[in-house]
Amino acid sequence: MASKTVLFSKHLESNAKMVDFHGWEMPINYGSQIEEHHAVRQDAGMFDVSHMTVVDVTGTDACAFLRKLLANDVAKLTVPGKALYGGMLDENAGIIDDLITYYLTDTHYRVVVNSATREKDLAWINKQAAAFDVSITERPELAMIAVQGPNAKAKAAKVFNAEQNAAIEGMKPFFGVQSGSLFIATTGYTGEAGYEIIVPEDEAQALWQALLDVEVRPCGLGARDTLRLEAGMNLYGLDMDESINPLAANMGWTVAWEPSDRDFIGRAALTQLKAAGTDKLVGLVMEEKGVLRHDMPVFFTDENGVEHQGAITSGTFSPTLGYSIAMARVPNGIGTVAEVEMRKKRVAVKVIAPSFVRNGKQAF
Amino acid sequence: MSNIPADLKYASSHEWIRLETDGSYTVGITEHAQELLGDMVFVELPEVGDTVTAGEDCAVAESVKAASDIYAPISGEVIAINEALEDSPELVNSDAFGDGWFFRVMPSDASEADGLLDAEGYQEVIDEE
Repeated sequence: MASKTVLFSKHLESNAKMVDFHGWEMPINYGSQIEEHHAVRQDAGMFDVSHMTVVDVTGTDACAFLRKLLANDVAKLTVPGKALYGGMLDENAGIIDDLITYYLTDTHYRVVVNSATREKDLAWINKQAAAFDVSITERPELAMIAVQGPNAKAKAAKVFNAEQNAAIEGMKPFFGVQSGSLFIATTGYTGEAGYEIIVPEDEAQALWQALLDVEVRPCGLGARDTLRLEAGMNLYGLDMDESINPLAANMGWTVAWEPSDRDFIGRAALTQLKAAGTDKLVGLVMEEKGVLRHDMPVFFTDENGVEHQGAITSGTFSPTLGYSIAMARVPNGIGTVAEVEMRKKRVAVKVIAPSFVRNGKQAF
Repeated sequence: MSNIPADLKYASSHEWIRLETDGSYTVGITEHAQELLGDMVFVELPEVGDTVTAGEDCAVAESVKAASDIYAPISGEVIAINEALEDSPELVNSDAFGDGWFFRVMPSDASEADGLLDAEGYQEVIDEE
């Protein structure tokens, strides 16, 4: 029996097509995922992301604990509300999950983790927490709604009260603030401006309806996937997992090597991997007909004429660009072109850094 | 519950055919098929003059979700293709039995149409999926 979020009946009211997503019954679309995609790029759309897990880390050792647990360094967070993205690694430097950490006070951090990895994340976090003076508190009574798009902030402002609008006035990207019953953050998974709003479950339906009333379009997991891929954002389970280290997942920028005496879990293994050299995650662009898809093989020839092979981790049709894009994990040494084997033939593709669309515009 | 027009014939692989006044058949995919595939992004059609064989793949419908082979429901020569799908593949989603047609075939053996399903038979195929 799949779990339902508190917004389940609201999805049905908007004619959602529901699918099982890692044990959650979630909307894949409300008619057309491409129209939903365009709504987020051109106006404002919203996603029910209540299946994601909010975990509060509190106690005198909260900072020390998270500096051990995460490859990024929460000591960089000094302004209340500031957020940090990064990986939680195992001892082999494999990525257990990618997550966002908010700094609220010196003794209170908030972590938002993926739903598909919830159980193993909590088991790992609790195991590591045993040596520290911290409390780990899951917050299942909180729902989450992401409002994204060029008009998302203006439309959301009509729904927030005066106190909330004052609290978010001038808030920079990657910050969060608690105001009234809402935790409002300038984060997202689409490459557009907007908010992720954490809301008590018993208020979530009213908030969803209020956003509908100001013409924010409900968008499903289908559009969420094409939007995040255009933005070059990884999806856990496809673009990385426990067999992949962050350097091979375009997450090198989230690893804080300094200070060098910070002994985060996975550091020793990652140091060795870095020295030995690892695969890399690149972006692929194919302007001819067809769609690049997960698991398709990628070939390129290095400067010595030796052929190497990698594979697509995520691929899709980009509604914004009008052709197919993908992320692929390939051996180091790839140049600006490669070939993808699809439907029994090889097709030429361009190789770029994995960022395709930002703020509605082509990004490469 | 999908719409299944009673005046068409169907293949169990989810194509439909409609008899035209010149004896040719228009071919498309069903409402049920487009629902399964989701938003269409590319349609690859045969060329006018190509010979297609019943049961063999002759076109590709590629949606956000998957690339799907389209099988010729009837053998013959392709006499027209729906060029509007080149720029507007979403017609397959919005009007699967009308503006979203794929191509038209002049049959080499019109009796092949008798072997296809009627609306009721096609409904049973869907129900068994």
